[in-house]
Amino acid sequence: MGAELALVTDALVRATPLMITGLAVALAFRGGVFNIGAEGQLLVGAIAATAVTLAGHSILGRGVVFVALGAAAVAGGFWAAIAAELRRRFHVLEIISTIMLNFVAIHLVSFLVRGPLQEPTHIYPQTESLPAMARLPILIPGSRLHFGFALGVLTAFALSWMFRRTAIGFRIRSVGASPLAAFTAGRIDVSRNSFLVFLCSGALAGIAGGIEVTGVTFALYENLSPGYGYTAIAVALIAGLNPLGIIASGIFFGTLETGASALQREFAVPSSLASVVEAALIIAVLTLTAVRNRRVLERAS
Amino acid sequence: MSAFEAFLEGAVRTATPLAFAALGETVVERCGVINIGLEGAIIAGAFGGFVAAGSGSIWLGMIGSAVAGILVAAAFAIITIRVRADQIITGTAISLFCLGLTAMLYQQLYGATGAALSIPTMATTEVPVLVSIPFFGKALFAQPSITYVLYLIVPMVWWWMYHTHAGLAVRATGEDPRAVIAAGIPARRIQVWCVLFGGAMGGIAGGVLVIAQAGSFAEGMSAGRGFIAIAIVVLGRWHPLGVAAAALIFGAASALQYFFQALGWPVPYQLFLALPYVLTLCGLAGIAGKAVAPASLGRWPDQT
Repeated sequence: MGAELALVTDALVRATPLMITGLAVALAFRGGVFNIGAEGQLLVGAIAATAVTLAGHSILGRGVVFVALGAAAVAGGFWAAIAAELRRRFHVLEIISTIMLNFVAIHLVSFLVRGPLQEPTHIYPQTESLPAMARLPILIPGSRLHFGFALGVLTAFALSWMFRRTAIGFRIRSVGASPLAAFTAGRIDVSRNSFLVFLCSGALAGIAGGIEVTGVTFALYENLSPGYGYTAIAVALIAGLNPLGIIASGIFFGTLETGASALQREFAVPSSLASVVEAALIIAVLTLTAVRNRRVLERAS
Repeated sequence: MSAFEAFLEGAVRTATPLAFAALGETVVERCGVINIGLEGAIIAGAFGGFVAAGSGSIWLGMIGSAVAGILVAAAFAIITIRVRADQIITGTAISLFCLGLTAMLYQQLYGATGAALSIPTMATTEVPVLVSIPFFGKALFAQPSITYVLYLIVPMVWWWMYHTHAGLAVRATGEDPRAVIAAGIPARRIQVWCVLFGGAMGGIAGGVLVIAQAGSFAEGMSAGRGFIAIAIVVLGRWHPLGVAAAALIFGAASALQYFFQALGWPVPYQLFLALPYVLTLCGLAGIAGKAVAPASLGRWPDQT
């Protein structure tokens, strides 16, 4: 395999969790839910996928991957449901609650890999490796590019179709654009709608965690995610919350991050450069959009 | 020192940076702005304090912290108040930016293994007489001197907010900026000043972490305190004294871990580490329906 192919596929491997969590963030933001918790939802998804695989691979055989990804979705959805319920019942700002849940998830992983889920020799703070048959199939032989990437692209197309062509998609967009209008003019149950959007967003982020474990790391350990869930916000915003755009922005950020890691190895440039660039891009996009909106308003008045 | 006194001391120590940050954010939110970028101001303050304290002076370090916090807040103010971009996304982005930038600068300036670097730290100063009060004398009055600054600032902010014209203007801006403008008061300028004050306080909170507590900088050492502080503002119902009390309660709950460890209970340490975040969630749920936020918090009225 050529070195170029390795570079490209590595970038796509890195892009996969960014793309899927980016879609999770976009779904939430479109529906008026500020889910900053993709990071935590991804981690509990990774926990669930690992636990299910390790416990069930001898019984379920080859099909365990699907069950693991399903479990990851449920776990991510459950983690989001905590924040969603706090928002629905107690009007707790979801930005705060999801960030708190991110920290809880980080410590939960740390506890599990040193406690109940630690590998049998109890030396390394990580779980046992997942058996080969429980791993996601590889897309391009000889590379690390796994089936999860295709799943991410498919999800993007599915979401795009849902937003543009379905009543559910329209309801989500209406609530996101104006909850009051959605309620008065559209008779949409805003609180139920937001709750479900939050859940689905969490489930997507959870799947991203499941894919990361079954496709890339093959074990659960701390620092499994270098902040995918936070980068996801940049991925989603740069794409203007457009699912198809997120395929591109996900790949862009995946390339940026693999590039930054390479720079760190080769030239000792700190890899946090990537997160600085990402955040700067969010700020730039925000500022430009706001300036443009103001111009439009001023012209209209 | 008994286990109980150690617990109280830990409570005040944990509460100090949170109270600084939360008090600043209280002023910010009372004028109608929600600055999620507070986390960024704290980590910037921690880094700025670390660099400035490298000169050998702890108070220069504290000033460095405040200046770093103000710079971050100024960026936030320009983007949200001047350009009118969304406050919540801007704040999140600024937090991420500062966490990344400080990590990068730290690695660049001090190398990836700068762990051994340490700076002069603020020693505990005992307040005569008061320190001998039984039970809580040691906890409250044997602290680094920056804690005493906090004791002074809390009532000052309260008095300023409720007994001066400027404070009234701030509160009015948070309720209805259009009315404030109609009265001939520059509402946006008030918001800018409040945000800058909040940034300074957030920066000092970071400075406390580095100069009065850790004695060193670590990447991401703000560890979500900015977000916890925002929760504390809600728990304290946007009132300076309430916020200070909420910070103390929060500090006490977090300090329970020292208490349990002293008792030798075999509970995994990660559970203690997760405790502050779980407590924040419980606290926010518990205050439901009882707290009323400033009416125009987070948005300008002419924005939909």
